[in-house]
Amino acid sequence: MWLTRPFRERATRLFLGILLAALALVTLLNLAVPVGHPLHVSTYAVTLLGKYLSYALLAVAVDLVWGYLGILSLGHGAFFALGGYAMGMYLMRQIGDRGTYGDPVLPDFMVFLDWDSLPWYWLGFDMPWFAFLMVLLAPGLLALVFGFLAFRSRVTGVYLSIITQAMTFALMLAFFRNEMGFGGNNGLTDFRELLGFDLRSDATRLGLFLATGIALALGYVLCRAIVASKLGRVSVACRDAEARARFLGYRVERFQLFVFVVSAMLAGLAGALYVPQVGIINPSEFSPIFSIEVVLWVALGGRATLYGAVIGALLVNYAKTVFTGVMPDAWLFALGGMFVLVTVFLPKGIAGLLCLRLRRRAATSQPTAGEAAT
Amino acid sequence: MRMLPRFLSGLLCLCLLCGLPLAVQAQDDPGQALLDPLATASYAEKGEAIEAIIESGDARSRRWLEALLGGQLQRHKNTGRFVVVVENRGRNWPVVDALSFEDAGEMSRRDLDRIGINNALRGQLQGALAVLDLHADEVAERREAARALLGAVDAGLVEPIRAVIDGEEDAEVRRLLEQALSIQRLEAGEVEAVETLSGSLNAQVRSALNAASRSEDAELAAAATSAMADIEQKMALNRGLETLYFGLSLGSVLVLAAIGLAITFGVMGVINMAHGELIMLGAYTTWAMQQLLPGQPGLALLLSIPAGFLVAALAGVVIERGVIQFLKGRPLETLLATFGVSLILQQLVRTVISPQNRTVVTPEWMSGSLMLNEGLSLTLNRLYVLGFALVVFAVLMLVMRRTRLGLEVRAVTQNRSMARAMGIRATRVDILTFALGSGVAGLAGVALSQLTNVGPNLGQNYIIDSFMVVVFGGVGNLWGTLVAGLSLGVINQVLEPWAGAVLAKIVVLVFIILFIQKRPRGLFPQKGRAAEG
Repeated sequence: MWLTRPFRERATRLFLGILLAALALVTLLNLAVPVGHPLHVSTYAVTLLGKYLSYALLAVAVDLVWGYLGILSLGHGAFFALGGYAMGMYLMRQIGDRGTYGDPVLPDFMVFLDWDSLPWYWLGFDMPWFAFLMVLLAPGLLALVFGFLAFRSRVTGVYLSIITQAMTFALMLAFFRNEMGFGGNNGLTDFRELLGFDLRSDATRLGLFLATGIALALGYVLCRAIVASKLGRVSVACRDAEARARFLGYRVERFQLFVFVVSAMLAGLAGALYVPQVGIINPSEFSPIFSIEVVLWVALGGRATLYGAVIGALLVNYAKTVFTGVMPDAWLFALGGMFVLVTVFLPKGIAGLLCLRLRRRAATSQPTAGEAAT
Repeated sequence: MRMLPRFLSGLLCLCLLCGLPLAVQAQDDPGQALLDPLATASYAEKGEAIEAIIESGDARSRRWLEALLGGQLQRHKNTGRFVVVVENRGRNWPVVDALSFEDAGEMSRRDLDRIGINNALRGQLQGALAVLDLHADEVAERREAARALLGAVDAGLVEPIRAVIDGEEDAEVRRLLEQALSIQRLEAGEVEAVETLSGSLNAQVRSALNAASRSEDAELAAAATSAMADIEQKMALNRGLETLYFGLSLGSVLVLAAIGLAITFGVMGVINMAHGELIMLGAYTTWAMQQLLPGQPGLALLLSIPAGFLVAALAGVVIERGVIQFLKGRPLETLLATFGVSLILQQLVRTVISPQNRTVVTPEWMSGSLMLNEGLSLTLNRLYVLGFALVVFAVLMLVMRRTRLGLEVRAVTQNRSMARAMGIRATRVDILTFALGSGVAGLAGVALSQLTNVGPNLGQNYIIDSFMVVVFGGVGNLWGTLVAGLSLGVINQVLEPWAGAVLAKIVVLVFIILFIQKRPRGLFPQKGRAAEG
C-alpha cells in the first residue's frame, strides 16, 4: 500500500519517533511538573511551540513543491493565510453576541463599518464542518486555478516564482481593503472559543499544540508517501528534465498541478492551526516577504528532504524569537546573512550536513544540477 | 485693582500728548480729508467715501482699503486720528498711524472706534481692491488680479474696468477683463455675452453659463446650454490628456525602476531581488548630497546623477563579486541570496541613517507646474522625471547597440563559451553589465527622490512592479520594458478614477498574471538564438 511505504524508510520512522516523543515530553513537562520548577514548560511556551509546528507544516508543504517539483513558490504565504482566514471566519462567528457591539450575527468590524447583513461569502462559516472544509478548499481552489493556467502554458522557473509573488502581493492589497469584508487592516481577532473550548484556557492551548503536532506528523507522512510513490518519482523527473519527461509521454502539467494543489491545502491547514494559537489573522501574512522567509526555512534545513524543512522552520523561528527579544535591530541582518550564507555555502542545508544515510538520497540530493538543465 | 483707573487715565494723557502734535500735522495731509468721511454711521456715506479714496489715486489707498476690509482701520475717539491696529489682543493694542504708517505705540481699545462695514461695503471693497491691483507694475500681478475679477464684477465695477482695459497693453489681461465683463453682462441677461464666453475653461465662466442655462429667458438658456456642451467637450479632452500625462509619468517611474532590471535580469538572466535597494541607495545619495551642499538643492541634485550611479554601481559590483558569481546557473538560489542582500541593505540604512523617512528638497526650477491652458497644467517635477527616463533609456539603448561593451554583453548572453572562445573576457563582462544595471537603478533612485518619500522601504515598493514590467515587456528586450512600463502606468491611471488606487493596482497585477499565462515570453518575445535556453 502506498500509504504504508514511508514507514519502511528509516528517516521517516526516526522523524516520527522524535516528533511524537517531543510532543509527549512537552505535554508531560507542562502538566506533571509544577509551575516554578526549572523543567516546567509554561503554557506560553507550549503555544509558541505550537506556532513553530504550524510553520513547520507550512515549510513541509513548500518543500514538497520546491524540493520534489522544482517549483519555487513565493506565494505559499497566500495559501497559508487563506486557510487562516477560513479558520478566523469560523472563530469570528463563534464570538456571537459577546463582541464589543454585541451584535448576534455581525462581527464587530462589520458593525463598525455600518454593514447591515453578512456578505454572501461569510454564510456557512458558523458551521465548523463547512469552515474546516473551506480551510482546505479555499487554498486548494486558488492553487487549482492558478496552477492550471500557469502549468498549462508552461510557465516555469523564475517566471513562475515572480507571478506567485505577484499573486500573494495582489491578495495582500485586496485583503487590506475594508470593502473586502475581511476586517481590512486589522484582520480578524478577539477570538473566544473553538468547537466550544475556551481558547484562553491552558487545556485548549495544549490541545491545539498536540493537534498541530499530529497534523505535522500526518502531513509529513502524506508528503513522504506522495514522494515515494510512482507519482512522486515522475514529479522528480519533471523537476530534473521537464522536456524529457514530456517526451516520454507524461502529462507534466497534471503532475505539477496535483502536487501543487496538495501542497496548497497543507499550507492552508497549517494556517488554520496557526490562527487559533496566535489569536489573530491579518493581511500581513500575505506579504511577499513572509513567503520568501518560508523558502529560507526550507533552504536552511535542506531542500528535498521534508524533515529538513521542519528543522529549518523550527531553527529560524526560534532564532527569530530570541533575536527580536534581545536585539531587534540585528534580526534582519541575521536573516539576510542566513539567506546569503545558506545559498552560497550550504546548498544542501543542514540536512546535507547531517549526512544521514538515506536510501533515497542518491536520487534526490542533486536538485540544483537538474535545474540548470531546464 | 485700585491702581487700574489711575493707570488707565495716565495712559490716556500720554496718548493725548503724543497724539495731538501728529493730529495737527495731519491737517495738511490730504489723506486725512479722505479718511474723515469714513467716520460716519451711514453706510451709504461710507460707500461714497470709499469711492472717493479709490478715485483719489493716493498711493496709500490699497493699505487703507485692506485695513478697512479687515476691521483694522480705527479712529481714536478723542483726537480723530486714524490708526491701523496691528494686533487686537489684550487690552492695549499696538497700532500704526494710518497716514504715515509709522509705529504709534499702543492704544487702549476703549479709546478706539472701529470703522464698521456691512456686506455690501465688503463686496464693494473687494471689487475695488481687485481693480486697484490692475494698476500693478508686474504683468503677472495684473493677470492674477484680472483672473480674480472673473465672476466678481458687479454693475458698479463695469466703468472702472472699461477704463482699465483701454489703458492696458497686455493682451491676456485685456482678454480676461473682457471675459469678466461678459460674465457680468451674462448675469444681466445679455445673449450676446454667451458668444465671447464660449470656449473658456474657467470655472467662474462655467458656473455663470450654468446659471444662465437655467434662466427663464429661453433664448439665453439655449445659447448658454450649447456653449456649456462645447466647454464640457473641451474639459473631457483635457481630463483625458491629464490622465494620459499622469499615466505616462507613473509609467516613466516604472520604466526607470525596471530598466536596470531589464539589463541584469533580462540580458544577464540574474534575478536581483536587491534591485529595489539599489534604487534606495540612489535616493539616499541624493539626500546625502543635499546634506553636503546645504542651500544648493539644484546643484546637489545634478551632482547626484553621477554620484547615485557610481554608488549603486559599486554596490552592484560588490553584490556580483560577493554573491552572484558563486551562483551562476542557479537562478532560484540567486533570487534567495540577493533577497538576503536586500534585507541587509535595508537594515543597514535603518541602523546607520534612520528608520524614518528623509526629506529631499525639490529645487526651485523643478517645482511648480507648466500651465498649458486653464484646464490643464503639468507638474514640472514629473515632466523632468519623464524626460530623464527617456534620456536614460536612449543612452542605455546606445550603450547596448553601439558600443563594444554592448556587443560583448549580447555575445556572452547568447553563447557564453563561444564568446569566450572568441577572446571575450566573460567575467569582466558580467561585472560591467551588472554594474551598469545597478547604476541605472541608482539613477532611478535619484529621480524617485523627487517624487516620493526617501525611506528604508522605498525599494520594496518598487521591486515587484519592476519585475512585472520586465516580464510583461518580454525578458531581454529593452524596447519591451519601455512600452510595458509606459502602458502599465497609463492603464493604472485610467483605471484609478473608476476603481480606486488599490483596486486599480490589483487589477493590473491580475491582468499581468493572466497575460503571462497567455504569452509566457511577454509582449515582445526574443527571436532567434537568444530565445533558446
